Amino acid sequence: MKIRLLSVILLFSALAFAVADGAWLANVPGSDHQRTNPYSSRVDAIEAGRNIFEEHCAKCHGENAEGTKKRPSLRTARVQQQATPGDLHWLLVNGNMKRGMPSWAKLPDPQLWQLVAYVKSLREQ
Amino acid sequence: MKVLVTILIVVTAISSIALSQERPYFVTYSHEMEEPGNLEIESFNVVGKPTKGNRFLGSDVEFEYGATAWWTSEFYLDGQTTANDSTIFTGFRWENRIRPLMREHWINPVLYVEYENTSADKALREVVGHDGNDDFLESNRAARPDVEREMELKLILGSNYHGWNISENFIGEKNLAAEPWEFGYAWAISRPLKLAASAHRCTFCAERFQAGVEMYGGLGDWHSFGLNQTSHYFGPTVNWSAPSGATISFSPQFGLNDYSIGHLYRFGISYEIEQVFGRLHRGGQ
Repeated sequence: MKIRLLSVILLFSALAFAVADGAWLANVPGSDHQRTNPYSSRVDAIEAGRNIFEEHCAKCHGENAEGTKKRPSLRTARVQQQATPGDLHWLLVNGNMKRGMPSWAKLPDPQLWQLVAYVKSLREQ
Repeated sequence: MKVLVTILIVVTAISSIALSQERPYFVTYSHEMEEPGNLEIESFNVVGKPTKGNRFLGSDVEFEYGATAWWTSEFYLDGQTTANDSTIFTGFRWENRIRPLMREHWINPVLYVEYENTSADKALREVVGHDGNDDFLESNRAARPDVEREMELKLILGSNYHGWNISENFIGEKNLAAEPWEFGYAWAISRPLKLAASAHRCTFCAERFQAGVEMYGGLGDWHSFGLNQTSHYFGPTVNWSAPSGATISFSPQFGLNDYSIGHLYRFGISYEIEQVFGRLHRGGQ
């Protein structure tokens, strides 16, 4: 009986974890999903975004955004291909607080878009 | 004390220091929480001279830790020095801030709970009830035996709009001895001098400065709610985030009525240490 109960708990925990991992993408409203980055492909914006990344994000996501033991890589297909710039901007504004990602709404909007420009530029590196 | 200093040195040595992105507020809280796993060490100071009293310097050292993305905990050590009197340790405070809504909205509430155990405190981190100029006239020797054990609640509301941060605090404070609830308020507005970041690393570029205004004061107590015999302060405020990781803040503030101290000069410095206990946090998005 105990083994069956433990199995059910483990199964639900695994399902919950699987749904939560990346589930933020499903929460992005359509209007945010479709937003375009006003700083897209601008070299100076990517450079500025890299400075912002190194100051605020690198400690958790790694110096080259490759992820760390506890925090995810930003070079995955989900971030680089599946997520639009609008999705990433929405994530930065709102965070994913239950999963440990804080809101970065304290950074001005232009800086958030510069950061998105830098993260998206990693795909080409 | 040696143990505390040793811990600070070790913690600083094993961690990296990050650029703080603090609002230039001294009394008002914004809805923005400390990043999870980060420890911010801050020192805030206020210089003032009450009418018919001695000039004083009130100080506190704060240790602010981001327990989670929605919960920040902070511990304070307070002290003060008064001209022609003495320098004393005035007590400690422990506060917790919890953000109930997990997304950013037009107005973002944060719930604040604090316990404090202080005496002869002059840090002036909030003004409530009928706090005013006369509270600063007593000598340290006379004021020190009157230990105040208080519970303080705040409703913090904050908004970010086009680079502007607008924050409002509603304060309720209860001395755990048989004294009535006291009330107060604080609000502030600020904005970085430049919204977009520079492509090159810089020390004195405009985005590293934030400027705004701050106002706060008392609202009486449970038996006499209102503005009668309450003190109020208003002033411009500015901060600068240095590349080294420090944020330096300054604000001259002006008492708005005879019940207030005429001028206050506030200054502070803070360092943010990233991921100080990072191994304890689960991560991922």
